[in-house]
Amino acid sequence: MHPAPSLIAFTTLSGAGFGLLFFLGLGIPGVTGWTAFAFFAIAYALAGGGLLSSTLHLGHPERASLAFTQWRTSWLSREAWAAVATLVVMGIYGAGLVFFEARIVPLGWIGAAGALGTVFTTSMIYAQMRTVPRWHTALTPALFLAFALVGGALLAGEARLASFLMLGLAGLQIAWLITGDRRFGEGGTDMGTATGLGGAVRAFEPPHTGPNYLLREMVFVVGRRHAGRLRVIAVLLMALLPASVLLLPLGHAGAGVAVLSHLAGAAVSRWLFFAEAEHVVGLYYGAR
Amino acid sequence: MTELPARTERKLGLVIDLDTCVGCHACVVACKGWNTQAYGAPLSDQDPYGADPSGTFLNRVHSYEITPADGAPQLVHFPKSCLHCEEAPCVTVCPTGASYKRSEDGIVLVNEDACIGCGLCAWACPYGAREMDQAEGVMKKCTLCVDRIYNENLAPEDREPACVRTCPAGARHFGDLGDPESDVSKLVAERGGIDLMPEQGTKPVNKYLPPRPRDRLEAAPPAALEPVADAPGGFLGWLDRALDRLPGGQD
Amino acid sequence: MTHRQPPLDLSPPVSDEVRKTTCYMCACRCGIDVHMKEGRVAYIEGNRDHPVNRGVLCAKGSAGIMQHNAPSRLRAPLRRVGPRGSGEFEEITWEEALETAAGWMKPLRETAPEKLAFFTGRDQSQSLTSFWAQQFGTPNYAAHGGFCSVNMAAAGIYTMGGAFWEFGQPDWAHTKLFMIFGVAEDHDSNPIKMGIGEIKARGARVIGVNPIRTGYNAVADDWVGITPGTDGLFILALVHELLRAGRIDLDYLARWTNAPVLVNGDAASPEHGLFLRDDEGRPLVIDRRTGKPAAFDAPGVRPDLAGTWRKAGVTHRTVMHLIAERYLDPAHAPEAVAGRCGVPAERIRAIAAELARVAFEESFEVAQEWTDFRGETHETVTARPVSFHAMRGISAHSNGFQTARALHLLQILLGTVERPGGFRFKPPYPKPPEAHPRPHARCAPEAPLAGPHLGFPLGPEDLCLDEAGDPARIDKAFTWENPLSAHGMMHMVISNAHAGDPYRIDTLFLYMANMAWNSSMNTRGVVEMLTDTDEAGDYVIPRIIYSDAYASEMVAYADLVLPDTTYLERHDCISLLDRPISEADAAADAIRWPVVTPDRDVCGFQSVLLDLGARLGLPGFVTDDGAPKYADYADYIVNHERRPGVGPLAGWRTGKHGPSHGRGAPNAAQLENYIANGGFFLAEVPEGARYMKPWNRAYQDWAVSMGFYDAPQPYLFQLYAEPLRRFQLAAEGHGERQPPEHLRERIKATLDPLPAWYPPFSDGHADPEEYPVHALTQRPMAMYHSWGSQNAWLRQIHGVNPLYMHPDLMRRHGLEEGDWARLASPHGEITVPVAAMAALNPNTVWTWNAIGKRKGAWALDREAPEATRGFLLNHLIHELLPERGDGLRWSNSDPVTGQAAWFDLRVRIEKSKPPEEALPVFDALASPVPAPPAELKWKI
Ligand SMILES: Nc1nc2c(c(=O)[nH]1)N[C@H]1C(S)=C(S)[C@@H](COP(=O)(O)OP(=O)(O)OC[C@H]3O[C@@H](n4cnc5c(=O)[nH]c(N)nc54)[C@H](O)[C@@H]3O)O[C@H]1N2
Ligand SMILES: Nc1nc2c(c(=O)[nH]1)N[C@H]1C(S)=C(S)[C@@H](COP(=O)(O)OP(=O)(O)OC[C@H]3O[C@@H](n4cnc5c(=O)[nH]c(N)nc54)[C@H](O)[C@@H]3O)O[C@H]1N2
Ligand code: SF4
Ligand code: SF4
Ligand code: SF4
Ligand code: SF4
Ligand code: SF4
Ligand SMILES: [Mo]
Repeated sequence: MHPAPSLIAFTTLSGAGFGLLFFLGLGIPGVTGWTAFAFFAIAYALAGGGLLSSTLHLGHPERASLAFTQWRTSWLSREAWAAVATLVVMGIYGAGLVFFEARIVPLGWIGAAGALGTVFTTSMIYAQMRTVPRWHTALTPALFLAFALVGGALLAGEARLASFLMLGLAGLQIAWLITGDRRFGEGGTDMGTATGLGGAVRAFEPPHTGPNYLLREMVFVVGRRHAGRLRVIAVLLMALLPASVLLLPLGHAGAGVAVLSHLAGAAVSRWLFFAEAEHVVGLYYGAR
Repeated sequence: MTELPARTERKLGLVIDLDTCVGCHACVVACKGWNTQAYGAPLSDQDPYGADPSGTFLNRVHSYEITPADGAPQLVHFPKSCLHCEEAPCVTVCPTGASYKRSEDGIVLVNEDACIGCGLCAWACPYGAREMDQAEGVMKKCTLCVDRIYNENLAPEDREPACVRTCPAGARHFGDLGDPESDVSKLVAERGGIDLMPEQGTKPVNKYLPPRPRDRLEAAPPAALEPVADAPGGFLGWLDRALDRLPGGQD
Repeated sequence: MTHRQPPLDLSPPVSDEVRKTTCYMCACRCGIDVHMKEGRVAYIEGNRDHPVNRGVLCAKGSAGIMQHNAPSRLRAPLRRVGPRGSGEFEEITWEEALETAAGWMKPLRETAPEKLAFFTGRDQSQSLTSFWAQQFGTPNYAAHGGFCSVNMAAAGIYTMGGAFWEFGQPDWAHTKLFMIFGVAEDHDSNPIKMGIGEIKARGARVIGVNPIRTGYNAVADDWVGITPGTDGLFILALVHELLRAGRIDLDYLARWTNAPVLVNGDAASPEHGLFLRDDEGRPLVIDRRTGKPAAFDAPGVRPDLAGTWRKAGVTHRTVMHLIAERYLDPAHAPEAVAGRCGVPAERIRAIAAELARVAFEESFEVAQEWTDFRGETHETVTARPVSFHAMRGISAHSNGFQTARALHLLQILLGTVERPGGFRFKPPYPKPPEAHPRPHARCAPEAPLAGPHLGFPLGPEDLCLDEAGDPARIDKAFTWENPLSAHGMMHMVISNAHAGDPYRIDTLFLYMANMAWNSSMNTRGVVEMLTDTDEAGDYVIPRIIYSDAYASEMVAYADLVLPDTTYLERHDCISLLDRPISEADAAADAIRWPVVTPDRDVCGFQSVLLDLGARLGLPGFVTDDGAPKYADYADYIVNHERRPGVGPLAGWRTGKHGPSHGRGAPNAAQLENYIANGGFFLAEVPEGARYMKPWNRAYQDWAVSMGFYDAPQPYLFQLYAEPLRRFQLAAEGHGERQPPEHLRERIKATLDPLPAWYPPFSDGHADPEEYPVHALTQRPMAMYHSWGSQNAWLRQIHGVNPLYMHPDLMRRHGLEEGDWARLASPHGEITVPVAAMAALNPNTVWTWNAIGKRKGAWALDREAPEATRGFLLNHLIHELLPERGDGLRWSNSDPVTGQAAWFDLRVRIEKSKPPEEALPVFDALASPVPAPPAELKWKI
């Protein structure tokens, strides 16, 4: 799949943003007043900013409101609802903390649940795609949620919790990558089922010698060795490096490095998430 | 709207005969020609006379080479457009309801006024049957010529898809695959029509008729060419006898 | 809330109006319904009532709207301002253009008409263009058939009075086995596809003989991946097997062919190999009833295939004897040819057996009472449901004429021709060579030619040689080098004119042929000849006038460009006098008419030609008082009469009492009648006249009534072609017209009166060891030569053309998909991208024809893939064969007809490191038209 920058930015940033909202909802850290304002500002910038950037790749952003209508069947529609609902709830909750030094506990819990829910709906947009076997697994939502929690914990300044979670995240990421390599084969879709033709089937001439939307959007080729290197970099940056930094007594500076390192790693991981994902339509174009 | 209809009254679709498709692309261009001036926005072309021409097509003809374990390699031309699946994932993923399946006949359409161009439906389609128009920013797909097949401004015999009407080799058939008595259903039964990517669970309505077995004339049946003569002399003798046996011959 | 769906208009208006005319995206000439919105072309689909396409349309036809609106359309007459080949022009008025042209031509006509050479390419108005050239008085006229497929046409005419495509078709309705040789697409684009679809739907089978398995050969039930140039061997091996097993149609051969005709067997006699004839010159056969000779057409005669006759000490034996002798020879046995053809002997036998089985075991009777030319009446016609079709895979070789003859021998031995389920002629065919004119070339100032330029020689006396015995025509057609060049030799014109051999010309007048690119062999050389100058600095070919509708490569090489309209903007006439659109059961002709008026200062070429004819005062183009005889082409189509009562269009003429078809006086409303009828006219062949046409009285009489010819002319199929024998006799030293010494042996060997096979000439010149691989091109179904690439929709389908190679061949050269290879022939070198294809003769490489483009042409971006990665094989093919040490450059064409031997090409292959662009690269042409748009959103 084509690794669109807007999607990568959106999923990584909003993930971390909603992760922070999750912790804030649970009262971690237990801040109020202007400190709380700062935390909420960061969370909303990331979550909201991510959501906005996701509309950049729409053909008709002006019609975006229509995306709320199909929550019954569409994960994208559900994500829209979840995101907005969460932001509203957490908005009221946050206002309480900032302006009235008052923490409305149940509202916080609802908001926290909403935050994770939003991340879950986002992940399901990908996980539901049978056509992209690498995505089509329960590990995908798990991975997205893990990213959100780690990002949230880091931003919430929960160093020990974060570094603990990061080890889990690294494990999940590695599991996702390794099982992912097998999944296209396990999916059972191949030249045989795609064409219904027996014998050794090879794509001969493409339908058009020129490119088309499908090839640009869904057939992205990344070199094996290149991908391998990026995988290592991703795991290092998003988990191992920040985790070890946090163990050192470096205070805020350390935390800052850890956050940046993690977000960078998350972005690399997300790039691979798209770039390595093969769509079954590639079979018709001999792209496998 | 993106809920699929519980059931559709009919299952209109195409049956494509891989045994006769000569790969001429007539259906590709007839489709482009009809649909660019019919349903919804035109099918645009970017850089049409330039270094990297690329445009929206609702029907494309692939070709595949088969190398059988024994026998000569074969080439199969393979037209592909929307298969109007019964369990169309492209419909259920759509957040706006723009993508929908008609309950009357099962045709899967995009309501372009409601399409935000998110591209999810194209991701969800295993067959590459949806293309985002780069000029209009909305999703395009085969409409099964819904604006032809019921069109009272067309003569009854012309109320069929443009690609079917134009196919010189008669390799495309249109009809109700929900009715076992329809010509297309019979054809599918008779020729062993198949689904593409059945494991994807999309239940395509369109069916493909596999190529008939090839290259069977490998050796002459014994006695098929019993010699009457190996030398001209012998042949002429035979000729004389044979001529006598002809009507109006000597005996 | 459950499923909801938006309202939808299921009956939107389709168009304001439908205008029915004839497609011209290729030469197949299908009927089209042009849907108009606001006076503009909105959509084009097939005309369901049309005899050719019955509603279907190919990719090109459906893309007509992109052709009609192509940015490459010329906009006004052009005068060259830069050097030739630069593409620099100024737009001028039509008056200037026509005065210039007339000013160049008039002096030539007054002094030396032959100095005007007029040659046409994709021309569909040859009855006008040839008439014009004839009236001008130059011997130098032909259409493009010489480099196209004259082998197919000539072999058909000389053998049975017609060939494939325009001349005839398989009996799709009855055939049970269809065998197709060397066809990728053919002119009959839609009908062949329709036919194959129709017969496959009923379970009938197809055998494809072709080195490449695409298209028709991909859907063929059996594929014979033959070695190029060896079909003759393969076919004659089938003949060998059928003769050996006596699986031939003796009754058919005896009655309808010259198999029983007696041939002079006296090697010493000047008549040796000629037919025994009676005093009226009628060939004689032995009548089985009497055992005595009788005229072949004598009432009630029963010709004896086995007969012999001694007369004046000379033994005469039947053609059947000669056939048996020739083809039963072990040299023609499957084992003997299998290796060379690349087809196992067992397979050859299997195919022979299958042909015979279907022809004889699956035969049936069709009720049609008919009377033959000997006066015998028959209740039925016997079906032989095996049919054949062939095209350039056979004809574009230097042995193509004889190979095509061999194929006709095969179908005639099986008795399938004009039988149900076999091959059937389309009126006005069948027409034996005798019914066609002889070529005319004697010219004099201010005088028309005595007759048409092109025709079918019956012997040396019909060659176009001057008193000195030198070629009378610039293309050397109808000379000893290629006596039966019935379509002329357009591919030789530029090189001969450049060499001044046989003489210099002044003005080269070309129409609709991209001679500076894909339609020439040795493209670079041709381009240099067109721009070459003499010591005085003048162009060696002094003047070039060209009519094109688009900014083709050739336009850049003209001094004066006469811009034509698109096919939707002019009148055209697809005439029974020329190349009609008939079907086996009907004679048909058609028109094009301006369904839209041009938005540019352009004019239909035929109208231009009529105007020029009038300015030059050519007889037939001016009235007695010298005024223009025709206002425009429409006027000519309606009012011109070639013979009294016979004009360009057969439909809706004026008879004695009311409208009549075929013969009749002009009818002012004729074009309206055609338009009202959907743009075409169709006259059904009467019941009882539909089969056995050459011998069927009912058909012969109908043909006369339609004006195809003026008296019935039944004839026999010529398995043994006497005209060829006459040329051999001359080569053996008989007769006063004698060939030059260096040609004697070749004529003896190649103008064989019985179908023969000899290796393609290139094999003898290009060393098969050094150049081991055959290189071919194929027509893409969705492209028409060079002109498809200006089409925004079609060029997305075929924007580049890799060289396809067998995986084994690639491995041997260390090549992988996407690598580049250098291809070398004895003549040139190209470097191109390669791709793998297994369904291919292992020793053959191929690519799609005419995709490669010259930078700057066709209003395409200079970086267009067609110009950077697309390529032509033409750079490797030369109109002359390489030196062979005999000091001669033999022409790379068939020694009988002069057909260009495109497919004799042999190459050597090496891996190459990827160049910037496919090689060779030509420098860019300046475009005579404005830059194209960056985006299309086509909707009206
Ligand atoms: N390598 C290789 N070369 C080949 C062949 C091959 O098989 N292999 N095939 C050969 C054969 S058989 C042929 S027939 C030739 C064909 O080659 P050409 O005869 O050159 O045919 P095109 O290139 O299609 O077009 C000829 C010209 O007609 C112009 N034209 C198109 N429409 C109109 C119109 O309405 N009016 C006018 N005035 N001009 C128009 C086009 O712009 C183009 O410049 O190619 C030959 N060249
Ligand atoms: N779409 C489209 N249609 C066209 C044209 C076009 O450009 N595009 N051009 C028109 C013109 S001008 C012409 S002349 C006709 C030509 O119609 P075709 O004769 O179909 O022309 P080609 O594409 O040259 O096809 C030649 C075929 O013969 C095969 N072949 C080559 N050598 C041999 C051999 O030795 N033996 C056998 N058995 N096969 C061999 C090649 O593989 C190829 O398949 O098409 C006409 N129709
Ligand atoms: S038009 Fe018919 S034959 Fe041609 S590609 Fe389409 S399906 Fe195949
Ligand atoms: S083919 Fe693709 S677009 Fe068409 S219905 Fe099925 S899934 Fe949807
Ligand atoms: S692109 Fe349009 S139709 Fe497709 S899912 Fe998005 S909104 Fe729905
Ligand atoms: S049915 Fe209509 S829209 Fe669909 S492929 Fe055929 S022509 Fe195109
Ligand atoms: S075959 Fe195609 S291009 Fe040729 S005339 Fe017919 S429709 Fe037009
Ligand atoms: Mo041709």
